[in-house]
Amino acid sequence: MRAVNAILSAISAPVRSFLAATEIDTRLAGMIAALGVIWIGFNILSGGLFLSSRNLWNLSVQSSSIAIMATGMVLIIVSRNIDLSVGSLLGFLGYTMAMVQAMWIPTALGLGFNQPYTWIVAIAIGVTLGALIGGLQGFVIAYGGVPAFIVTLGGFLIWRGLIFWYAQGQTIAPMDSTYQLIGGGPAGSLGAELSWLVGILASLGIAYTVIMGGRRRKAYGFPVRPRWAVITVIAAGSIAALGAVWIANNYFWPPALATQYAQAHGITEPPGGLQISTGIAFPVLILIGVTLAMNYLATRRKFGRYVYSIGGNPDAAELGGINVRRTIVGTYAVMGILVAISGAVQTARLNAAVTNLGVQNELDVIAAAVIGGTSFSGGIGTITGAVLGAVVMQSLRSGMVLLRVDSPTQDIVVGIVLVAAVGLDAFARRRSSR
Amino acid sequence: MVTDDRTALVEMRNVRVAFGGVHAVEDVSINLFPGEVVGLVGGNGAGKSTLMRVLSGARPADDGEIWIDGKRATINNPRQAKAYGIETIYQTLALADNIDAAGNVFLGRELTDRTGTLDDDAMEAATRAVMKRLNPNFKNFKVPVKSLSGGQRQSVAIARPVHFNARILIMDEPTAALGPAETAQVRDLIRQLKSEGIGIFLISHDIHDVFDLSDRISVMYHGKRVGTVNRDEVTADEVLGMIIMGQAAEETAEANAAAN
Ligand SMILES: Nc1ncnc2c1ncn2[C@@H]1O[C@H](COP(=O)(O)OP(=O)(O)O)[C@@H](O)[C@H]1O
Ligand SMILES: [Mg+2]
Repeated sequence: MRAVNAILSAISAPVRSFLAATEIDTRLAGMIAALGVIWIGFNILSGGLFLSSRNLWNLSVQSSSIAIMATGMVLIIVSRNIDLSVGSLLGFLGYTMAMVQAMWIPTALGLGFNQPYTWIVAIAIGVTLGALIGGLQGFVIAYGGVPAFIVTLGGFLIWRGLIFWYAQGQTIAPMDSTYQLIGGGPAGSLGAELSWLVGILASLGIAYTVIMGGRRRKAYGFPVRPRWAVITVIAAGSIAALGAVWIANNYFWPPALATQYAQAHGITEPPGGLQISTGIAFPVLILIGVTLAMNYLATRRKFGRYVYSIGGNPDAAELGGINVRRTIVGTYAVMGILVAISGAVQTARLNAAVTNLGVQNELDVIAAAVIGGTSFSGGIGTITGAVLGAVVMQSLRSGMVLLRVDSPTQDIVVGIVLVAAVGLDAFARRRSSR
Repeated sequence: MVTDDRTALVEMRNVRVAFGGVHAVEDVSINLFPGEVVGLVGGNGAGKSTLMRVLSGARPADDGEIWIDGKRATINNPRQAKAYGIETIYQTLALADNIDAAGNVFLGRELTDRTGTLDDDAMEAATRAVMKRLNPNFKNFKVPVKSLSGGQRQSVAIARPVHFNARILIMDEPTAALGPAETAQVRDLIRQLKSEGIGIFLISHDIHDVFDLSDRISVMYHGKRVGTVNRDEVTADEVLGMIIMGQAAEETAEANAAAN
């Protein structure tokens, strides 16, 4: 055992000093490494299918719905609570948004289908309702003193049950034509040029943040990262952003759809068919926006600071004059908003609201947050980690689908990975705290 | 009680706190003047922490009054206490372990820019400035306080009242977790703050600490104040006697105080 430890520290010493200089989170770096291993492993096993543009593009779309919600679950678990209701709430809000656009606006109000405002009204109603319902659950937890587990278990039953009051088990379809785009697909994607623009803006954003942050610290006379580390971070970030765009742009519209498009626009198809770049899908764009916003909320706003301090030491937060209860209500309201956004993505993607909408999502969302390094003992967890956790989970599932592993076996593997990830994390933490 | 012509910085009158059937603090009155250190001593469970938590807003009293600068004060929560310039170093330190030093110093009173975004750099700069004074060896500004030593954690807890210019400072067992060198540092700090005119309530189980630093010493026993004595007029043994015997010792001590 001692020999193993010695070898481990001999290997990890240079890695650790690199991470320290670049100020990259060790846990995050570990997750990216694990993701790399999973991707390369599946690629070899699937004979190169896994790392194809097509599969990676699909992976990005499939991950986004769970990832959006996982960013909110981080704040809830960090403040020592839990939300078991997200799957049912997603079903309920998804149904509500579907009813608004497929029945209430067109038929009940007699305004007709596919109005230009329909999609935004549907989403606004979903998001508002999500914030209210989430806030209500948070209120009962924080002010009513009922444990979060119980309140959200109740929510799990209640919101699912309400769907049947609405729709008596019917599927609601189709969705508004603009609303459908939120779900992704060839039409619901940015295309080549706009995707490159996003990639370039992302690279510039990374460079700006890193350089300005360093400058401010220097002005204060604080220690700053060495120049090579700054360049490494900017380069790595830009390569990741532009690489992702390149991959998304290398996934082309299905031939039938491209032919349709060519005919509609009077373009003569070149031999081998017209190649139209799909680019970044809208759900992924939404995920990027949510991740940025949630990161800002968690690390750069008082609200986020309070959430983490409550998780680290509730007494200290209270003695610091923080309104702990109001902060808890806030975390659940934010969760409700994110559930509504995910609900819009899922119903748009399905082009329908179906009764099992969101079933088991709560488990995937919690698993994503936990695989992403969020700790149930409170105070620890990052937004970016949770997004990566969602991608890890979806990678496992999608890889196993490529390898024709049946669904029950997939569940078994994901279950094992979940427990192993937390076990490994606990082990690493014990080692580092010695 | 010792009388004085000046207005008291703090006066707590007939404070009472009960936890269910337990009378943690019973009808206790105590006061504090600017630039004065009042030692608060008593056995375990005597009610010292509970009395001070009333003043710091952590636990409102069931009965009694608080007067600050000769005016009736309302203190129902930590925020209100801080508005009166009352800062507290809790026995437990009250640190969020997962947050760095600056985040803890400013917990609940974060600095933000115009957009409401946290100004972490400004908070770190202020924390570094305070630390230069308190503990020049302190270097770990970017790590969660969990990974700091006991003495360093204590420095973070002490940096809070120093940065926010406490007028009234409550220190609940500030040296309990410290080694001899760090204890000496805290003692120097107490003398310095006192010379700046800050009033300090010092709770300590170390009778020598209390004797070295206090101007007056209040003894509590089973939730009651047994007596308050001038440091110069008693011996450590007499105070120890009051702590151990409670009621019985009161007569001798108060007789001593009255005789002078
Ligand atoms: N939160 C609480 N709940 C119930 N009893 C408490 C609480 N805090 C203190 N007590 C009780 O109040 C009494 C005084 O405690 P404390 O003020 O901590 O004493 P000291 O600081 O002098 O050791 C003790 O009997 C203690 O058990
Ligand atoms: Mg105590």
